[in-house]
Formats: sequence, C-alpha cells, structure tokens
Amino acid sequence: MEHRRDLPIQWRSLDPKTPDPRAPMPSQLGDVNRREFLSLMAASLALAGVEGCTAPATVPEKIVPYVQAPEDVLPGRPLHFATAMPFAGYGVGLIVKSHEGRPIKVEGNPRHSASLGATDVFAQASILDLYDPDRAKSVTNRGAISTFGAFVSALSPRLEELQSRDGAGLRFLSGRITSPSEGALIDAILRRFPKADWHQYEPVNDDNARAGSRMAFGRYVDSVYHLDRADVIVSLDSDFLYWGPAHLRHTRDFAARRVFNPADGSGRGMNRLYVLESTPTVTGFKADHRISMSPSKIGELTTAIASRLGVAGAPGQELNEQWFEPMMRDLKSHGSSSIVIAGETQPPFVHALVHAINEKLGNTGHTVEYMEPVEMRPVEQFASLRELAQAMQSGQVDTLIMLDVNPSYSAPADLEFSKNLENVKLRVSHSLYYDETAAACHWHVPKHHYLETWGDVRAYDGSVSIVQPLIVPLYETKSSHEFLSIFLGNPTRSNYDLVREFWVGQYKGEEFESFWEQSLQEGVVQNIALSDPLPASLEASPYRARASRPASPLTRGRITSTTAWTYSPPREGETASAASGGGQFRTPQAPPGPGNLDVLFRPDASVYDGSFANNAWLKELQHPLTHLTWDNAVLIGPKTAHDLHANSEDMVDLVVNGRQITGAVWVIPGQPENVVTVHLGWGRKVSGRNGMERGFNAYALRTSDNPWHATGGRIRKRGEKYKLATTRDHHVTEGRHMVRHMTVDDYAKDAGLIQRETHQPKPDQTMYPAYENIDYAWGMSVDLSRCVGCNACIVACQAENNVPTVGKNEVARGREMHWMRIDTYFEGPAAEPDAYFQPMFCQHCETAPCEYVCPVEATTHSAEGINEMTYNRCIGTRYCSNNCPYKVRRFNFFQYAAWDIPSLKLLYNPDVTVRSRGVMEKCTYCIQRINRTRIDALKADRKIQDGEVLTACQQACPANALVFGNLLDENSRVRKLKSEPRNYGVLAEYNTRPRTTYLAALKNPNPEIAGFETAQHNNG
Amino acid sequence: MGDQNTVAVYTPPAERPYPGPHWITEKIGSLVLTPHTPIEWIVVFGAVFTGTLVLLFAIVWLLYSGIGIWGVNIPVAWGFAIVNFVWWIGIGHAGTLISAILLLLHQAWRQSINRFAEAMTLFAVTCAGLFPLIHLGRPWFFYWIAPYPNTMGLWPQWRSPLVWDMFAVGTYFTISLVFWYIGLIPDLATFRDRAKHRLTQVVYGMMAMGWRGSAYHWQQYEEAYLLLAGLATPLVVSVHTVVSFDFTIAIIPGWHSTIFPPYFVAGAIYSGFAMVLTLAIPLRKIYRLQEFITMRHLDNMAKLMLATGIIVTYSYIDEAFIAFYSGNPYERYEIVNRLFGLYGWMYWLLVATNLVIPQLMWSSRARKSVAAIFLVALSVDLGMWLERFVIVVVSLHRDFLPSAWNMYYATIWDWATLLGSIALFVTLFLLFFRFFPPISIFEMKKILHKPEVSARA
Amino acid sequence: MNEPLYGLLAEFKEPEKLVEVAKSAREKGYRLMDGFSPYPVEGLPEALGSHRTKIPAIALTGGLIGGLGGYFMLYSSAVAFYPINVAGRPLHSWPMFIPITFELTILFSGLFTAMGMLALNGLPMPHHPLFAVPQFSLATDDRFFFCIQANDPLFDGDKCREFLNEFEPVGVYEVDV
Repeated sequence: MEHRRDLPIQWRSLDPKTPDPRAPMPSQLGDVNRREFLSLMAASLALAGVEGCTAPATVPEKIVPYVQAPEDVLPGRPLHFATAMPFAGYGVGLIVKSHEGRPIKVEGNPRHSASLGATDVFAQASILDLYDPDRAKSVTNRGAISTFGAFVSALSPRLEELQSRDGAGLRFLSGRITSPSEGALIDAILRRFPKADWHQYEPVNDDNARAGSRMAFGRYVDSVYHLDRADVIVSLDSDFLYWGPAHLRHTRDFAARRVFNPADGSGRGMNRLYVLESTPTVTGFKADHRISMSPSKIGELTTAIASRLGVAGAPGQELNEQWFEPMMRDLKSHGSSSIVIAGETQPPFVHALVHAINEKLGNTGHTVEYMEPVEMRPVEQFASLRELAQAMQSGQVDTLIMLDVNPSYSAPADLEFSKNLENVKLRVSHSLYYDETAAACHWHVPKHHYLETWGDVRAYDGSVSIVQPLIVPLYETKSSHEFLSIFLGNPTRSNYDLVREFWVGQYKGEEFESFWEQSLQEGVVQNIALSDPLPASLEASPYRARASRPASPLTRGRITSTTAWTYSPPREGETASAASGGGQFRTPQAPPGPGNLDVLFRPDASVYDGSFANNAWLKELQHPLTHLTWDNAVLIGPKTAHDLHANSEDMVDLVVNGRQITGAVWVIPGQPENVVTVHLGWGRKVSGRNGMERGFNAYALRTSDNPWHATGGRIRKRGEKYKLATTRDHHVTEGRHMVRHMTVDDYAKDAGLIQRETHQPKPDQTMYPAYENIDYAWGMSVDLSRCVGCNACIVACQAENNVPTVGKNEVARGREMHWMRIDTYFEGPAAEPDAYFQPMFCQHCETAPCEYVCPVEATTHSAEGINEMTYNRCIGTRYCSNNCPYKVRRFNFFQYAAWDIPSLKLLYNPDVTVRSRGVMEKCTYCIQRINRTRIDALKADRKIQDGEVLTACQQACPANALVFGNLLDENSRVRKLKSEPRNYGVLAEYNTRPRTTYLAALKNPNPEIAGFETAQHNNG
Repeated sequence: MGDQNTVAVYTPPAERPYPGPHWITEKIGSLVLTPHTPIEWIVVFGAVFTGTLVLLFAIVWLLYSGIGIWGVNIPVAWGFAIVNFVWWIGIGHAGTLISAILLLLHQAWRQSINRFAEAMTLFAVTCAGLFPLIHLGRPWFFYWIAPYPNTMGLWPQWRSPLVWDMFAVGTYFTISLVFWYIGLIPDLATFRDRAKHRLTQVVYGMMAMGWRGSAYHWQQYEEAYLLLAGLATPLVVSVHTVVSFDFTIAIIPGWHSTIFPPYFVAGAIYSGFAMVLTLAIPLRKIYRLQEFITMRHLDNMAKLMLATGIIVTYSYIDEAFIAFYSGNPYERYEIVNRLFGLYGWMYWLLVATNLVIPQLMWSSRARKSVAAIFLVALSVDLGMWLERFVIVVVSLHRDFLPSAWNMYYATIWDWATLLGSIALFVTLFLLFFRFFPPISIFEMKKILHKPEVSARA
Repeated sequence: MNEPLYGLLAEFKEPEKLVEVAKSAREKGYRLMDGFSPYPVEGLPEALGSHRTKIPAIALTGGLIGGLGGYFMLYSSAVAFYPINVAGRPLHSWPMFIPITFELTILFSGLFTAMGMLALNGLPMPHHPLFAVPQFSLATDDRFFFCIQANDPLFDGDKCREFLNEFEPVGVYEVDV
C-alpha cells in the first residue's frame, strides 16, 4: 500500500555555519546576558524614575466603543475601539483591545478595506512603541529638557517675522500625508505663509510609479489591483504580498485563489504566479515560477512583453528564455483576468509599459483599476527633498519644520542633508523618538503615538478612517494637529477640536453626531464624506489637496500620450531617475561581475525604513527569508560568495561610487549572481537602547537619482568575523519532508498520495485508551498553500501571550522565546529554489511525548484535548522540551520577562501569566481566549460557535492560512479542512496524534515550462 | 583456593610470616589513630578543598542568576549537569558491586578493597545527587518530585523516569550507607578500644554502638550483612537501569533504545572499576598498603575493566547496527551525525579512550605495570564521561526538525561545576581515609586466620 | 561471694579454644554464657546452641511492606486520588509503576534488615559490665573471651573457675555487675 516517491532533497539555507566544536568553549559570563536582555526592555532605574507613566485617567474627550461587533471578531470582555494606524502615511484599520483603559492588543478591522481583519508585523508591534520607555517624553531645546510653552514663546517672534515676509525662508518637511484634516491645516498654513514651501520625503516611496503614471497618463494615478479576479499574475520585481499600502488586501485576495478547485467549473481554479525578480522576496518564494535575474534585465523583459503584445511605441525587444514563450501564451490566454505588476523599485518607464501592457491585456477596469492619488499632495519625493537640500545649501532656508521624518538619518547620501541642515537658523523636529534629526535640531517636540491621538487617515483605496485615541498621552507630547496649529497662531487648540471641526466642516448631511459616532464605531467613514464636493477652502489651495474624493474607481486607464514613455536608446549620462521622464533602462558600461556588483536597496522586513529601530519585538523577529535577528546583512548569492571567497558572517566593506559601509555577509539562495542586497533602516546612531549600533546604515550608499539600484559596487573582505544571530542553525533538511507539496495536476490525479507517503496512523492504531473530549475537541489546520510567511502570526502571538524578548546573545545561543516560528524550506538548485513556509508551534499531540516525562504534572491534557502548561507547577527539568519532537517548547533560562519597567507593565495582557525564570512555556491555543468565550457561551446557555474563538495567530493572518476550531462539530471549518485528502500531521508516524495538522502546499506551475517539468519529475 | 585467598589479600614480606591479628590492628589502626598526617594528604586536601569552594561559588551564582549561565539551550536542554550525573552514578557502582556481588561470589580478595570502594560509592552518589537538584530551573522546588501530602492535593507524575531516578538514587544511597556503616561497626569498636585520647574513645565508642564481639551478635551480624549484600546486588543493577530509562523512555533518536539498561550497567561498572583503580593506586603508595592491596587486586580489577569494556564496545556496535537495521531515517541520521557530525571528534576520542586504550589490559605484562593500569584507568574515566556527553548532547542537538537544530557549547560555569564536583569527591574521600578504617580489619583477621575456613568468607 | 557477680570471664589466645569451651560448657549444662572474639569464629554460635536467626523473616516483612505499600501509593494516587490525563496514557499504567515499586521493596527490606540486626543484638548499648574488665578491650584486637554468667542456674563460682581453668586460659576474671 505504501507508495514512495523519491522526493528531491530539501534544504533550509545556504549558510553552512558549522561552528568548530574544537574551538575553546566560549565563556559567557551570566551577567553579560543579563545586561543584554535587561537593556532590551530598556530597563533603567534612571529612566524608570523620570518617566511619569500617567495612569489612564478619565479621557477628556468622548471616545466611542466598537459596539456593533461581529461576534466572530470579539472574543472577550475588554472594550474594543476602532482606530487606524498610519503606516508610511497610509491607514490600516485596526480594532484595539483595551483592558481597564490600557490598549494591550491590536487586531485588524474587518470593515476596513486595507485590513479586512488582518494585520501585519508592524501593526502588531506598534503597541510596544506606545509603551516604549525610550520614547521622547518632553520638549527638548538642543537636547535639554524644556516645555511646550517655552517652545511656543521662542517660536512666535520668528513666526511674526516670517509672516512679515510672507513666510519666505520657511520650509516644512513631512512624510506622505493622506490625512484630510492635516491636509487642510497645511493648506491653511501655506495660505498664511504664501512664500513658504512644503516638502515631502519618505525613504521608501513610490516615485517611480508616480513618474510612470505621469508618463502613461500625463498625471498621477494610483493603481488598485484585484488579485482575487486574476488567474495569472506576473510580478516584475514587485513584493506586493509584503510591501505597499494594500499588501494585506493583496495577501488575502491572493491566498483566496491558492485553493484547489476541480476544473469542472465548480469554481475558479488556482491562480498562477510568475515572479521575475532581482532579489528574493516573500512574494517570489510563493511563486509557481520564480525567475531571478539581474536588476537591469527586468526592463528588457518588460519591453519584450510589451512588444510581444504589440504595445504601440514599445521597442522591438526579443527574449529567448525557455520560460518566456509559455508565460506569454499563459498571459494572452487569460486575457482580462491576468495582472502584470511592476515593483516600486523599477524605473518609471517599466511602470509606464506595464500600464500599457495591462491595457492591452484588457485587465484595466477588471483586475487593475486606477484612481486619483490618495495623498493630499502627491509629489515625486526625491525631487522634493533634493530641492529642499539645494535651498538649504544656498541658504534660502532659515526655518525648517520637520514633521515625523528623520532625514538626518534617512536622506540619500548625495544630498548631504545633515551638512546642509547646518545652514538653517531654526530647526524644529516633531517626532515620536528623539532621533538623529531631533539631535540636529534646536527644538524637538515629541509626537503622540497614534494610539494617543485624534486624527484621520486614508487607506490605499481612499477610504477614510478616524483615528481615535485609546489612552491619555503617557508623556508630554503633542499631536501633529496641535503642532501644526501653532503656525496658524493658535497653539492651544485641542487635538480633538481640530479633527472634529474639520469633519463638521466636511459633513453636509444633518445629524452630525450619529455620523461621527458611526464613523468612530466602525472605524471607517461611511460613504458620506466621499460624495461630498470639495470644500472651497481646499479647492482654492495651491496644492489642490483632495480632502475627500470618492474612493470608488475613478479613472479608467486612458493612455493619454504614447510618446511619454517611448523607448529611446540610452543617451550619455542619462538615468531613468524618477524626476526625468526619460524612459530607458541603463545598460551598465561594464558587465556585472565581482568587480562591478549591482547593489539593491530594500526596506527591511522588521524595522522598515528605520522608524521601528527601537522595537524589540521587530528586532528579534526572524527575517522571513534570512531568519536573521538584531542585525541586517550584506546579502549575496552562493555563486557570488564563492567568487568573492566570502562566506556568511565575514565582515566586508561594500563600496559604491566611493561611498562605503561595513557589514557582515549573509549568503542567501535565489539571489542572482553579482547582485548585493542591503536592507535600509539599521545602524541608527540616535535612538532608544535597542535601536543604536545594530547592523549598518545602508542609506550611506543610497543616492537620490537612483535610490533602489546602484551599479559598480565592490566588496572588500576585512578578514574579521561578525556573529549574526539567526533563529536557524542548520542548512539542509537531510531529506526530511516536513513540508509536503504537490502540483495541482498531480493532486487532481492522485489526492491520497500525501497521506500515504506520510504514514498517517488510523485512529485505532494505538495501545492507549481513547480519552473522550467533552463538548469540545480543539484543533487547528494550517494551509501551507496559503501561508506566505509574513511573520504577522509570530508578533501577534508575542503580543497576546506576553512573550518576552531575549536579545541577540540569547538568540545566538538558541534561546529565543517565540511560541511559534515559521520554518522555511528550500528545494531545488540554490540559484532558483522553490521555497515553502511552515508555521511551527505546539502541535497539541493527543499522546504528547512531553507530558509523560514531566515529573510534576506541570504539563497535562485538558478535557478538551489541549496540551496545557501549568507554570506554577513547573520546576524546570526541561525534560519535556528534550522529548518534544517538534522542539516548540521555550524555556526561561533567565528572568526574561521585564517585571519592573512601569510603562511595560501596562502592556501585559492580564489574561496571561507573565512567566518567571526557570519555567517552561509554549503555545496554549490562546486558551485565555477560549475560556473568555466559554464564559459568554455559558452565560447565554449555548455552546461556543464555530469561528467564535480566534487564536491570536489566526486573527492576524492575512492569508487565512490558520483555522482553529472544534473537531467535534461536524460543520466546523477546521473539521472540513482536516477532512481534505492533503491533510497530514508532521511526524505523525510517531503516533503523537497532533491536533495541529497541515494541508500540503499546492503549486500550480505552467506545464509547458521545462524547468519545472523536470523538477516535478523528481517529485514522481 | 585458601592459600590463594591469603595471597590475595596479603602478601607478606619475604622475611617474616603473617604476624597475627594484632599486627593488623596495629597496621590499620596506626593509619588513623595517629596525630601525624601525611604531607601528601595535606597538600592534596588543600587543593581539592579549594576546588570544593569553587563548586560552592558556581552553585551560588547559578541560584542567583539562573541556569542560563550554562550552555544549555533549546534543543539541547540538558548539558553538563546530566552528563555529570550519569557519570558519577556510574562510578558509584563499583563499590557496591565489589562489596556485594563479589561477596556473594566468594571472591575473598575483595576484602582488602571493599571498604574504601563502598566509601567511594557513597561519595560518588553524593556528587551525582547534587546535579539533578541544581540543574532545575527552579531548584528551590526540587521536593515537588517527592510524594508528600500537600495542600494542592498533587502527587508526582509516576510515569516520569525522573521520579524513578529520585527513588532509585535515594534507595541506592541509603542502602549503600547502611551497608557501609554496618560493615564499619566492629572496626569502630576496635578503634574505640585502641584509642588513647578520651575524645576519640568517646566518638568511636558512640559510633561502635557498644559492639563487644559477642558470638550471638556475630551470628546475626553475618546473616544481616549477607542479606544486605543480596539486596544490594539487584539494587546496583536496577539503579543504572533506571538512569538509562531517562533516555530510553524518551523518543529522541539516540536515546530511544532497548539496549541501554545492560549497556549502562556495564558502562557503570566499567567506570567504577576505573575510578577504584584511580584512587587505590596512589593511596596504596601513600599509605604503604602494598601488602594489602596487592598486584593481584590490580590485576583482577584490570581484568574486570577489560571484560566490562568489551560489553560496552559491543553496545556501541549494536547501537549503530540497530539504527541502520531499523530503517528509521532519524535513527540512521543520528548515528551518522554521532560519528561524522560536528561533535564527531568527541566520538572518536571516546572510542580511543574507552575502547582502544583499555585493550592494553590483554597483556599480562601491562597488567603487571602499575603505571600502565593507572593510565588505562584514567583513560576510561575520561572515556566514560565522553560517552555520556555523546549520548546526552549529540543526540539532542539534531533530532527531528532540522529547523530546530542547534549547537551546544559549555560555559566556564559548566566546567567549574564539573571540576568542582570532582574536587568535592576527592575531599570527602580524603576525610574518610583520615578518620575511618580504610580496610576492613575484622574481615582481614578472619580471612587470614584460617584460610580453608575463611574461603567461605 | 560477698558482692554480686555478672559472671566469670576467661581469656584465650586461640579461637579454637573458644569453640572447645563452649561445647563442653554446654555439655555440662551451662546455658547463660557467651563468647567474644575480634572476628566471627566459625562454629561458635552452634557450639553455644544458637542455630538460626530471625533476620531473614524480618527482611521479608520489610520487603513486603515496601513493595505492597509502594504499589498502593502509586495506584491510589494515579487512579483514585488524582486521576488526570497524561499524554493519553491509561491511569493505571502498571508497567511504569514497576521501577518505583521495586526500589521501595529493596529500601524497606534493607532498612528492616539493618534495624532488625541491631534490635536483636540489643544495640546500641553504651555500657556493659564486661567493659569494666580491663583485659576485655583486647576482645576487639586479638584475644578471645568466654563468659559464664552468674545468673545461670548451674553457676557456682569455684566450680566454674575450675572448669574454665581446665582449658589453660590466659586468665580468668570476675566481672562485677
């Protein structure tokens, strides 16, 4: 009966990282570790004294709880409030759980188009920033503690003077702004100071897309993709599942189509994803066909696609790759139900071409829609910042107000921002942390955390959310509204009034109160403001800020000019910068090679552009691809590493056009030859204690004319080693197949294969008595087809279960505390691997090996089949961990949890024990949520319904990969999923009878593509 | 046979025959009942006592900051502590084996070594018992493993081998202590009657419990001693069996193996004899006991080492064979990793010290050289420690899911605890040698009086 | 006999003498007597008429108590007092109860044996009339003593002394109570 197919070797990473056991045993003094992890939570008696963490007293303004809760979202007693998190300017709708006035956990808002109930790592971790004791706590004047009053009185004479000369010399610098009310304030300010100027800069921005749309349409438009409608998706270096204001939406829609549907028309089949990329991404590793190529090739490819589709004006470009023709056939055959997506990092002409390609394919209006930009003032930001830098250099700027930006750290190197900043007479910064910019300013006015502030923000599709505070500001901080209104001469206006009045002005219907309350309750301003005409005030503004244009699809892609992006051969010294519309890809003078490396700049998966640099949760979070923590690295491919004789953890100098940084190498699979990837956001100089001196600052190499891709890079080995802390030690899986996968075609042929080859034991194959579960038998199903490895579940679990961070040294020693991890398995050649993500956490085995070895009954089985930990009973023999075949138990080798940091005490979830030193811990299936729901159910004298209990990981998951529920309920989703033939339990042959089982990953490769044919051949 | 036994326990200098019981009283009594302490004793004691203080400090620091100061992690949650525990327990086995099993087997030659072998057992078990306590995450709750009436109405989890350990090691220590003390009583009486100083008279008198050598007493005494020996014999076998259960009961490749119980017992005896030799050889020199601890003893123990060593060798081979024979990929990989993995060098060092070097003992010439025997003994002491390291750490560091694999590095604190425990062991042993009769006086007298009778010792 | 005697104590050089005396003393009808030696003398107890001891019975009792009691503890706590689902194993996992039962059997049996031996010998006994005799200290060195107690019905000072002297002892001493 047992049918074996000889599967290809799976492996995990290219990092042999074989520490030499002959080396002298490292003598790690205990107190070093202690210092390390204490500093993590930034415990410092000095600070503990200073920070006056205000007990959440009565909130002066009325905030409205989220009362009309869909019952499958709210598991518990505490109040929940809808609000929105501004991330890079765009809003993500959230519902925040508040315990006794303390926000302790954020979840996605199902009614919010950018969230749909899901969250990403940043939203989950943002709660830690709120309570971060390292936040800026008071106004500082040249670093010395001062007061807001002092600042205002110092500023007002300057403002009068400025007003006298119409604000000449006054400049503002902010990030992307989508907040209608902020936009209104800005416009008011600019009317008061007509000669003043406003600049915007986000280190990670979409200038290229901007320029591209300008080339295509003669104007800025935002693209909205409907991945759920797409059968074939071609990504041109776009990481649309991990980045971008709509990535949660994208993941949800994409995952919805990663399901097997018999091709009998019963449902739309599985989608197919081609990813053509120049560095590995989460999206790339989910692809059915991932082709890595050097960055400059992407342009050629795009042109080739365009010319093949006969896009007018596209240059004839041929590409003889064996996968190209099949892919094109695939695209054409799926006409209007395909999408081609270009990455933000691609030059403008690629974007322009892609608009045309989608138009040709008939996708426009179906899978792709265009709309007016959501931003208040869409600009090309590198140009904007360059302009400011030049103005500062020539001394035209005497007052610079910076709003929540950190250009001293994140500005491209060529603008020499910090140097030019010296020429400005009055420099003011308004931000959450005392950062590099604040240090370079005369005044720093700390900013509210978004959970402390009133405001509003728009999502990628234009829908507006009111940001309502969850807690009284902990420190002497100001909201951006309050800060801006200083420049309108009324520094005392309250945050609440400013926001509310704006909406009173917007709202044209009667019954403003009910509109206001409904908007606050639901977290989305319901299509009332949207149909509104633009308020005169804003219409008149020089920047035509769109306070509230309809979010519904506006402009169907109309190609206004075909000349704007016509390909012309490269002219001398011209670059495809965002500013110039010149549309061609650079063909580098010298061919790429060890002496001439392509250097790519990418946002970091955990600290983004550096704004999360002090967030211990994110810093300790395993990078989705490299599994690195607490550092960034110089990422190169295996071949390149070999050419350079550089191995992981070698310190190297990376030199680009005379600028250089020093960092440690990390070799990753799937990286094209002669391409180096560095992540932005590390190597902060002024930050909290977790932020500083970790990793290297990649901005030092970045230039404004080509911020994503530099050529002519060289790597010099320094001959030193640098210890990188990774949560993964081993590089090959020794032919073990923890992740099972098939192609949809094979699955259609023989669905039972997975279960046969994994030896799933029958229920009666045991010597032990069956313990009957009463009413509930909890279990979980993990769909490996859906999981995109975004890590949101890990941080969600950390936030929900008070999981401590341990610091780099401890991670390096293999002591990270995360209750769940995402194992990444690679298959196939190192250059073009297939990757599979597998969330791994306590499997809640029915015959749990951990239980029978515990001498004190600290881990036992509940009547509902949950493998429970009794922390109070645990004496720490660690036998359970030794005997756990999945190694998902975590041990408190030290007192990791911070007992004594006042602000962090507010963070803890009161439903979950804060563990002490010396006890074992692990995933509990969020038993506190089950029990809370059970209480409600018992009160209502009913049983817990399916979907009523969501585990933290499940609730955060944008892909709906995790489903938890009652196995005794025939209609429960989890039971249906477990009945699928591709359901299997990891190591089930050991008869541990795991309650958490996995659905084998399905891939949908193009049968015409030979490379995959052979790969499949090995798969039997 | 009788003469053999005489020769066995005592080889008189050529010039004079056995001078009689009083001479033995003198010879052994004078080792202890003298104000003069050998300079070697003082020097060594000073050294090891310092070592004991290091152990004390290491433990205090451990209790203060947590077991994170050790190298343990996930997946290797057991490190030096458990390795040392198993090692010490093993060493403890020789004492009981010599005094009990050889007694039942009428191996009269045991008489001159059983006393300090038993003492060695006690001290080894003491050191061993230390580790399970301090290796806990919350050592101050160690007693939760024991069954005792408590307000929580809780009982230990009887299926856990750790609870079995607690009973096995506890029983082993108690019975060994009783056995040792019962054996001491007549000799303590001898000391009592021979002591000059009032204080020593009182102290030994108390410990002798008024023993006066009555015929009726001797009868009960010998019966009881024999019975205790009979009980200790299955006990000594059971203890290391139970210790091996710590591993066999688990499902980890490299642990989950049915050959462990005999394999561990053999290994225990192996290391036990090695340690007896390691101690006996220097001491017989320092205290000039060559007449009692003769070459015959060293020769016999060397042979026993060889024999148990061969059993251990067999176990190694069997382990590897079964792993491959099982067809279980995890078991197979475990062996491959053990031989050629990152800790492979340790395995080969183990093979060298534990399997190859001891083969010297085949040659009777080597067995006649005290130095050779001593070196082999040392090599086995090391080898058996390595064996336990390989079993505990190397099996754990790569088990099922490669994503969870990791390396283990001992820290300075691990080493301090290991070396400290050795120091403690030697300290206790030296104290014993200074204050108690290191060789059983009455048994020597008995066996030397009438060989043909005493053959039935 | 003006002062009360405990008995007469004869000192010998060889253990064989001791057995000899014991044998003939017993033939003479003496009963309350005892021999003392630095090490067990073969055949002496038999010569004195003591043939068997209760020690084995005591050991057995101890073993039974330990074993049965132990298993009862395991069974009652695991099945009756604190039944809980551990790893889906049966509450009465008897194979896993064996090691502890075994160890407890040995423990109790051993302790009973040792304690029993001391009890039967009436030890510890800090003082005994014999200790008053200076020569008796040699009983733990290389001399062998035989003592006929004064409370033996046949005891008669002079007769006894003559009887003991027949065996050429090193000396015969009166032992005061």
